[in-house]
Amino acid sequence: MRFILTRMKHFPAILLFASLANLHGALTDSLNTLAAVGREGAGNEAAGAAWKDVVKAGPSGLPALLAETGKGSAVADNWLRLAGDVIVDDALRAKQPLPLAEVEAFIADTTHAAAARQLAFDLLQEADRARADALQPSLIQDPVQELRRGAVQRVIDSAKTQTGDGAKACYLRALDAVRDEDQTKFVTSELRKLGVPVDLPRHFGFLMKWNVIGPFDNTDRKGFDAVFPPEKEIRLDAAYDGKGQQVKWAPFESADEYGKLDFNKPLGMQKEVTAYAVTTFDSPVERDAELRLGGKNAWKVWLNGDLLFGRDEYHRGQQMDQYKLKCRLKKGENTILVKCCQNEQKENWTVEWEFQLRMCDSAGTAILSAKADTK
Amino acid sequence: MSHFRPLSTLALALATLTISSFASDWPQFRGPDSTGTAADAKIPDQPKIDWSAPLPGRGLSSPIVVAGKVFVTCASGPKQERLHLICFNAADGARIWEREFQATGRTMTQGKNSVAACTPCSDGRRIFAIWSSNDMASFDLDGNLLWVRGLTVDYPNASNSLGMASSPIVIGETVVTMIENDSESYALGLDANTGRNMWKLERPKAANWTSPVPWRADAKSPPVALLQSTKGLLAVDATSGSRLWEFAQAASTTSSSVVASGVIYAPGNGVTALSPNANNAPPAELWRSKQINPNTISPLVLDGRLFSINGAGVVVSADTKTGNPQWKLRLAGPFSGSPVGAGTRLLAVNEKGLAQVVDITAPSGAVIGTLQLPLSGEKRDLVLCTPALEGGHIFVRSDSALWRLGE
Repeated sequence: MRFILTRMKHFPAILLFASLANLHGALTDSLNTLAAVGREGAGNEAAGAAWKDVVKAGPSGLPALLAETGKGSAVADNWLRLAGDVIVDDALRAKQPLPLAEVEAFIADTTHAAAARQLAFDLLQEADRARADALQPSLIQDPVQELRRGAVQRVIDSAKTQTGDGAKACYLRALDAVRDEDQTKFVTSELRKLGVPVDLPRHFGFLMKWNVIGPFDNTDRKGFDAVFPPEKEIRLDAAYDGKGQQVKWAPFESADEYGKLDFNKPLGMQKEVTAYAVTTFDSPVERDAELRLGGKNAWKVWLNGDLLFGRDEYHRGQQMDQYKLKCRLKKGENTILVKCCQNEQKENWTVEWEFQLRMCDSAGTAILSAKADTK
Repeated sequence: MSHFRPLSTLALALATLTISSFASDWPQFRGPDSTGTAADAKIPDQPKIDWSAPLPGRGLSSPIVVAGKVFVTCASGPKQERLHLICFNAADGARIWEREFQATGRTMTQGKNSVAACTPCSDGRRIFAIWSSNDMASFDLDGNLLWVRGLTVDYPNASNSLGMASSPIVIGETVVTMIENDSESYALGLDANTGRNMWKLERPKAANWTSPVPWRADAKSPPVALLQSTKGLLAVDATSGSRLWEFAQAASTTSSSVVASGVIYAPGNGVTALSPNANNAPPAELWRSKQINPNTISPLVLDGRLFSINGAGVVVSADTKTGNPQWKLRLAGPFSGSPVGAGTRLLAVNEKGLAQVVDITAPSGAVIGTLQLPLSGEKRDLVLCTPALEGGHIFVRSDSALWRLGE
C-alpha cells in the first residue's frame, strides 16, 4: 500500500518525465524526417508536418536541430535552417530566452558539420548581434570558409587605420587567413603597395604546370561527348591524329597569377576545337580535397581516370571557384586531366579558350603538391 | 503530335479557381494571367511615394501582392548565397515576416543580374518562390514553410553562369517552372502541395530567360502553360505535362509572350500574333511584324492595342489586328523591367528609377507624369524589375528598397 502511495506521490513527476521523453522522442523523429529528405523532393510530404513540429518545439529544440544539420543533403539542411530561423524569430518576438550559450559552444566545436556551425553562427547573429560580434574574431582560422570572412574583414578594417609596419603586419595576418577572392585581391594589392611580394598561385593552390595537347575536333559541339585518345591513355610521348594535323603533348606553364591556362597561347586561336591538359599532383597522404575550376568553355575533369564532372556551357562567364568538385586524393602521384572545348561563336567575347584549376580543402585553403616541379 | 488528356473535373475546377483568389491580387510576374495589367488596377497620373521599406539584399524580381501582403525576394552575402523572402503589409510597408535560407545551386550571375531574378507566384493561399540558384520554396501567407527543393542538387548541370530569370506560374495544383539553359535544360510541373515532380519535360539546350504564360482556349477551359524557347512555343497540359500543340518558329529567349482575348503575341524577330485552334492543332499565324521589336522587354495589350518598348526606349503602340504601328513615343531609358498598364495608362520604370506614366489615348501617346525614385547612390542602385499593380497602387523595388506609389 505504501509502495502504491509513494508511486502515486511521484505520479505527476513521472508523467512529466514521460511527457518530456515523448516530446524529445517526437522532436528527434521530426528532425530525422527533415534530415532524410532526398532527391527530387522525396520525403517532402512527411517533412512538411515534421517542420511544423520542430518549430513548435521552440528554443529548447535548437541544440538538437543544430546537431541534425549536416547529416543529410544541402536541401535537408535548408528544411532545418528554415525551422531554426523561425524558432529564433518567434522567440525574439515573444521575448523568450534562447539557449545561446549552447549555440556558442556548438560553434566553438569544430568537429560539428560545417553547415551546422554556419547555421549556429547565423542564428546567434540573428538573436544577439553583439554576442556574435564578440565571437567573430576567434573564427579567423576556422575550417569553414564562410565563417572566416567576417574575422578577416575585421583585420582588414584594422589595417586600413594603420600605416607602415603596423599596416604591413595587419595585412600579413589577413593574408594568412583570407580565402575569398575579393578579400585576397584587396589584401594583396595593399601588401604590394607596401613592398611585400605575394605569391597568389601558391596562396590559392593553382595548378600552373601542365602538358597540353590539341586541337581535336569540336565541330557542331560534338567534341564534348567524343572520346579522344587522351581520355583512353595518358602517354606524354604519343602522337595522335587531331583536327587536320597530328598532335603531341607539349609542356606549358601558366604565367597568370590566377592560374589561367589559355590554350590560345600554345595552340593558336582556333574555333570548334577541343584540347586537353594533364598534370600530376603529389599528395603525402590519402585525403579529401576540392578541385575548384573556373572556365567559360565546355569542360570535363578527371582525377586518376575517374570523371569528376563535366559541363557543356559556352561563354556565359568565368569566375574563380565557379565549380567546386569534391574528390579524394590518393597517397602519392595523382593524375588530373582537363578537357576544354571551344565552340563556333565568332563574337569578340568568345575568344577565351581557357580554364583555371586549384587544389584546396573545403575551407579554400591551398593544398600544395609535395613535388614543387610536378607536371 | 498532340496527346491531349482531359483534366479531371476536380483539377479543372481548381485550375479555374486558383489562378488568383483575390480580385485585386498581383500574384505573379506581370500580374494576373501574366498580362501586365489587371482589370481593377489604376495607375495614378502623378504618382507619389506612399512608403518605402529597406530590403536586405539585391534583386530584380518583381514584388507580388496577395491578400493585402507584398512579397519580395532578395539575395545577400558575398556570393548572393543567402536567399530571402520578405512579406510586407501592403498598407503601410511594415515587415510582417522574413525567411532566409541557403543557396544550394550556383549563384554566379552576370554583374547586373542577381540571384533574386525570378518573380515568385501565388495561388492566393501559398507563395512559390525560386531563385537563380534553382532553389525553390513554398510558404503559406503566414511564413510557414510548406516545402523546399534544390533543383541543381537534383539536376547538377542545370544552371546558367549569366543567371537564371524565368518566373514560375501556378495553374491549379501545379507549379510550372522553366529551368532552361545550355546544358541540363528542362521544364517542371511540381505538385503545389509537396513540391514533388508531377512531370519533367526535356527542353532545348539553350539559355532561356522567358517565363511560362497561362493560356486558355475560352473562359470555361482550364489554362495550359505556354513554354517559349529558341524552338518556338509549346503548349503543355499543366497537370500531366502532355504536349498539346507547338508553334515551331524561333521565339525570343528574353521577352515573354502575352495573351489577350485568346490571341498570343509572341516575341521573336519582331512579334507574331497566333490564334490557337481547337483540338490542339498548331495555331494560325495572324500576322508577323518586325516593326515591333520588344528586345528584352515583354509586351502587353491594353485598350485593344499592343505595346512594347524597344532597345532604344521607344514605346510602340500597334494595332492588335494587324501589327501595324500606330505611334511611337521615346521614353527616358534604359529599361530592364517591362511596362505594365491599367485603363488608358501605361507605366514604365527605367533602370535609373524614373517612373513614367503614359496616356495611351493621346494622339501619339504622351508622358503625363513622372516620379524619380530616390535610389541609393552608395550601392549603385538600379530598378530592373517589372512593377506590380494593386488597386490604385504601384509596387516597385530596387536592390535596396521597396516602394509603394499612389495618388
